[in-house]
Amino acid sequence: MSQQPATAAIDIRETSKIYGKDRASGVVALDDVSLVIEDNEFFTLLGPSGCGKTTLLRLIAGFEQPTHGEIVLFGEHLEGLPPYKRPVNTVFQHYALFPHMTVAENISFGLEMLDKPATEISSVVKEVLGLVQMDHLADRKTDQLSGGQQQRVALARALAPKPKVLLLDEPLSALDFKLRKEMQVELKRLQNETGITFIFVTHDQEEALTMSDRVAVMRDGLILQVGNPSEIYDRPARRFVADFIGDINILKGSIVSRDGSLATVQLEAGHQGEAGLPMNAGSLGQEVSVAIRPEQLSFVADAAKANLSGTIEHISYFGSGFDYAILMPSGEKVMLQIQNRGGENLAYQLGDQVHIAISDNSMQILTD
Amino acid sequence: MGSGMTDQPTTHIQLSSSVVAEAKRLRNTRYALLAPGILTIFCIGIMPLSIVLVYSFLEPGDFGGISWVLSFDAYVQLLFEEDIFDETLSFTTDYIQIFLRSVSLALFTTIACLLVGFPTAYFIATQPPARRNAWLFLITIPFWTNLLIRTYAMLLILRDQGVINLSLIEIGLIDSPIPMLYTDFAVCLGLVYAYLPFMVLPIFASLEKLDFRLVEASYDLYATRFKVLRRIIVPLAKPGIAAGCILVMIPSLGAFITPALLGGGKSLMLGNLIELQFGQARNWPFGSAIALVLMVLVMLSLISYLRFGAKKGTPAHG
Repeated sequence: MSQQPATAAIDIRETSKIYGKDRASGVVALDDVSLVIEDNEFFTLLGPSGCGKTTLLRLIAGFEQPTHGEIVLFGEHLEGLPPYKRPVNTVFQHYALFPHMTVAENISFGLEMLDKPATEISSVVKEVLGLVQMDHLADRKTDQLSGGQQQRVALARALAPKPKVLLLDEPLSALDFKLRKEMQVELKRLQNETGITFIFVTHDQEEALTMSDRVAVMRDGLILQVGNPSEIYDRPARRFVADFIGDINILKGSIVSRDGSLATVQLEAGHQGEAGLPMNAGSLGQEVSVAIRPEQLSFVADAAKANLSGTIEHISYFGSGFDYAILMPSGEKVMLQIQNRGGENLAYQLGDQVHIAISDNSMQILTD
Repeated sequence: MGSGMTDQPTTHIQLSSSVVAEAKRLRNTRYALLAPGILTIFCIGIMPLSIVLVYSFLEPGDFGGISWVLSFDAYVQLLFEEDIFDETLSFTTDYIQIFLRSVSLALFTTIACLLVGFPTAYFIATQPPARRNAWLFLITIPFWTNLLIRTYAMLLILRDQGVINLSLIEIGLIDSPIPMLYTDFAVCLGLVYAYLPFMVLPIFASLEKLDFRLVEASYDLYATRFKVLRRIIVPLAKPGIAAGCILVMIPSLGAFITPALLGGGKSLMLGNLIELQFGQARNWPFGSAIALVLMVLVMLSLISYLRFGAKKGTPAHG
């Protein structure tokens, strides 16, 4: 084992969770995962349902025990510790507020269980109520609150005991779009103000990109890629990551030359270009998939400056911009996205022959 | 056709009269539908109760029954003893003792049922749904047999030559049988056995509705198992617990077969006392008075529960 830096909030070492008797007959929810989450990080576990992200969260919280491996929290081994002995708190997907208590009683519950003195409890409750802007509703019963307010109480309740790590299990999924947007900003602010490490679980890629310092993309109990949002979005290493996060064009090509993390590829549908190369991937001449984001493509009038060309097959309008589907002579289709700039867009009509330029540094070679 | 001036009020009156007729019809229908219920309550509830009330203010007949003379003797008799020779009254605690014994035995029974019933209900409620029904089915099996038969079975288990004593002697733990039958212990055990399902079922009903994610949330918030039970599970199961306690306490107070068989007539309880007055003692008014006092006690405890339940904002059910 390599020595981890002292600031690691959570160090997950080769951890597996298997439901059932063994690997062959049971369900592997988490497959030999290793992950280090730094102190004061907003870390997101992103993936489709059943990818193991919630299992990982429940292992950290202590609701489940790992089949193999270990989890270390600020240097402390968590093995065998029940949830009530772990300095982590959870914001649950359905809030799980205590219905027989008021807002203030809900928030003070954790502090009371830790046997804090009454004066400290009341001052902390006041403080976190202010933090989530719920001061005026302290004496309400929880069933008299709206969804967004319940969300804030759940947050306040989990923050009040000042946990070393806060776990958030898809806390925004039950809110409507506008409230969700608000809470995204709010969560980021709370993380900054409290300095607590947040581990956020979501299946919403936009949520992950907006709020996180780093994101881990998961599938089938495995972590496919860990990186900051722009790495995940601009330099996806795996086909699944590229596909899962945002729209993407995947074109066929072959490697012409390579130099460290860069390679020159010959696109089947057009010219040569430079593309990012994941570690230890790709040999000369190998057929590869190349990913390009739709917004990295643009129309050019001059065929000499173009990397690709084709016919506009479909146009869709989504308010702030347009998506163009372009069919190329190779039979492949690309999606091109441009901002809505009024009249400019009218220059390109269905059936037009167009030339397309790819922005520099925007191609990425994917592994499967 | 008249002008608009005369036309409008007429339609208005017609309209309102039809509305009145409609309301009347609805009311009649409602009474017609309520009639069987009202009739039943009157025949098997109010009427017998009124008879008991009236009898309690009369004098006993010479050979049972009543004689139609207004008298408060029945109620006086509860607290005062009449000297046979000079007919002076002196205060007696005999009946108060029977009341207190009944109440304390009923309380013990209720507490014992709660201590056994709550874990049982919790166990069933935490089983997978398919298995819950099987467990509930097992709980209801004793109802298939008459209470009298079941009490006799209890008698066979508890007596000196019963299953418990014989097996204890067999394995050499004791030399002579432990006297268990005809004690308050036996009565209490019999009552617990008889009324345990009435405790388990309502508690199960409220635990089944409990969101166990709340339990997880409280574990997460540093609550130990005991504190989760005390702060989360018990408060949320309170309506079921209260309903169960009432359903056990009330029949225990007036229990008759169990104390008669397992108590051996040694420890008289309210139910037996009432039976005695209508039977051997041939004092119907006194029996009626005891029954009414018991009913008032029960009503008072019910009212206090309803108040308590209403204040907590939890719906009273059961």
